[in-house]
Amino acid sequence: MTAVPQIRPVTGAAHSRIHGVGGYRPVRVVPNSEVLEWIDSSDEWIRTRSGITERRWAGPEESVAEMSVQAAGKAIAQAGITADQIGAVIVSTVSHFKQTPAVATEISLKLGCPTAPAFDISAACAGFGYGINLADGMIRGGSAEYVLVIGVERLSDMTDVHDRSTAFIFGDGAGAAVVGPSDTPGIGKVVWGSDATQKDLISQTEAWDTAFAKPDAINGSTGDEARWPALRMDGQPVFRWAVWEMAKVAQQALDAAGVTADQLGAFIPHQANMRITDAMIKALKLPASVPVARDIAETGNTSAASIPLAMERMLQTGEAKSGDLALIIGFGAGLVYAAAVVTLP
Amino acid sequence: MAHTQDEVLSGLAEIVNEIAGIPQEDVELDKSFTDDLDVDSLSMVEVVVAAEERFDVKIPDDEVKNLKTVGDAVNYILTNAA
Repeated sequence: MTAVPQIRPVTGAAHSRIHGVGGYRPVRVVPNSEVLEWIDSSDEWIRTRSGITERRWAGPEESVAEMSVQAAGKAIAQAGITADQIGAVIVSTVSHFKQTPAVATEISLKLGCPTAPAFDISAACAGFGYGINLADGMIRGGSAEYVLVIGVERLSDMTDVHDRSTAFIFGDGAGAAVVGPSDTPGIGKVVWGSDATQKDLISQTEAWDTAFAKPDAINGSTGDEARWPALRMDGQPVFRWAVWEMAKVAQQALDAAGVTADQLGAFIPHQANMRITDAMIKALKLPASVPVARDIAETGNTSAASIPLAMERMLQTGEAKSGDLALIIGFGAGLVYAAAVVTLP
Repeated sequence: MAHTQDEVLSGLAEIVNEIAGIPQEDVELDKSFTDDLDVDSLSMVEVVVAAEERFDVKIPDDEVKNLKTVGDAVNYILTNAA
């Protein structure tokens, strides 16, 4: 009997980093004045509660897949690679309404990497960080050279426009990053986790099967706009968790990376609410010299897409520079979170 | 350490002033946080967290909605502070 051979060890890259980032913002701008046609509120109330002045809502042609392809194309171009070099496609979304096949496969086909492993994940507003963590592990583990991470949402499809506490918050869009090998560490330890005891704080109002069983009585509304289940959240406890618990997580990500806050070139939190960002800056004692992403003002809360969209904007406007260190932190329904220090592409 | 009502009220007034910019002298026991002092729901959470730290007390999320007036908060802190 011959000896059982040893399986050849897998080797990957020493380190990984983000090589390119790109975003897609839908054409249609929805200002607060339009939201006020649906809810009894005021522009000032919306601005002071959320910092949002307008958001983008996708049209029929701006599907989850199409927005992703546009964003990914920009990320791939910045990375200086071609689509056929993409070794895996990870898509984080909670608003793609066809569960199978994964939208990642449609995106990979349209991009020109139709043989790459492709799959969707569901981690809400932490989805981009979850995807980055998976990509980093896959690259260092030797299962892919370049991984495309996409966060994409059409949250307008899940917005109850008559819910005064959420109608103004959500927006649509896509953000993508190409993660690939690096000689030096470009992605710090991703501090991630969940608090499932608070899983009901942010959720879809109803499961699809029960919603379809009573199509005229969803959300207590009979209007056409409310025919889908919507997103709801319990503002005060979410605010408390997002600010003070997430400030601790952000600090852990800094500590794990061996970086101090004053060494950051950008702070890019999930664009959940400007008030959360402002309070988190205080709780984190972030030096005033660190530029902070405030993309939410004109984009709304785009869940998994918000961090790469905000990152792209900061690089485009010159608020942050390629090669600088950025602290990213996503947090949302689950509750789930992921934070890391990354080198900006 | 036990606090007196005056200590808690003046401490809360400082917190409300710092977070919401309300003059400390306006923070009185019978004032409603939202209706009289214009402390919105998110600022209220900031006030609660600051009060927890200052008075070494835990104010659970479920309890926050019951704290309608400054007096409600003062009483809760006096009853529950360590």
